[in-house]
Amino acid sequence: MARGGMATLREGFGAAWPICMGFIPIGLSFGVLAQKAGLGPLHVLLMSSLVFAGGSQFIAVAMLGSGASLPAIVMTTFVVNLRHFLMGSALAVQLPRVNRWFLALFAYGLTDESFAVNMARFRGEGWDRWRALTVNQITNATWIASTVAGVYVGNLIPAGAFGIDYALTAMFICLFTFQLRERIHVLTALVAAGLSVLLFLLLPGNFYVIGASCGAATIGLVVKRLAKKGRHHVPA
Amino acid sequence: MSLPDYLLLMVGMGAVTYLPRFIPLALLSRRQLPRWLADWLDLVPAAILSAIIAPILFTAEKTRTLDLGRKELLVAVPTLLFALKTRSLAGTVIVGMGLYWLAGMVMG
Repeated sequence: MARGGMATLREGFGAAWPICMGFIPIGLSFGVLAQKAGLGPLHVLLMSSLVFAGGSQFIAVAMLGSGASLPAIVMTTFVVNLRHFLMGSALAVQLPRVNRWFLALFAYGLTDESFAVNMARFRGEGWDRWRALTVNQITNATWIASTVAGVYVGNLIPAGAFGIDYALTAMFICLFTFQLRERIHVLTALVAAGLSVLLFLLLPGNFYVIGASCGAATIGLVVKRLAKKGRHHVPA
Repeated sequence: MSLPDYLLLMVGMGAVTYLPRFIPLALLSRRQLPRWLADWLDLVPAAILSAIIAPILFTAEKTRTLDLGRKELLVAVPTLLFALKTRSLAGTVIVGMGLYWLAGMVMG
């Protein structure tokens, strides 16, 4: 059991490190920004542990700086994070009949990044919910630590060093290729890319992720059904 | 902002970030999903990843304008090919970072 536990941790870390590498510079810059907006290390610690949502934290600090009201900040956070509803739904398929306590712990630490890594791993062999949970919690802890560290040392790190700003984009690109299993996934991804750019250019905020994902998955499903029907009608 | 106000804000933000993650997990994990929903959810990850990446590559994010000449896109092409060829996450991240660093030095 102890050996199994070590293997779980090791493999979880093996999957989590690219995320951590991306989180560290972003976390540090968040710390710097928060400090400039008048938040202390305790404020940052509280926010990163209670609100695990990088993008929303940047928005919240900006809104606090401009004197926005409390309900306005909470509403904005809610809208920005709705896309995780979709990710939770897709992950639920991989976690059938798992108990509520595990799911409660798992949900804490579910991000765009951990979602992408875990979905790719669940498709392969040898991945289970404990390894997935390890990925969520390691990346979570890394985020919290780097945001707090940013309050103290963020200004010392040169911006753009070693191309680290591209770590998460490169990771998403690779995880994206793992999802292109059949032609229908390629088609769905192309539709999503087009819709996403269009929505991003037309609408403020970040509705584009959830809008483009739902739209593209729906179009993909319709195409899949039509293709199936078409095949049935072809006389043998 | 006073500490109690700040705490209240954190609890509010915490609730609206946590619940959208937890509720679908708790609701869907115990049920047999209808075929169409399972099929739809199977397409969601490809769609989400594509929707997250596309604006980073094809637009100037600050001004929200179409821009097909940025180093993000230029670097993405060899990074994507590398990922398709090797299927290595670690390798792709390192290659992507290295190329982006190089592109930064060449293009400024």
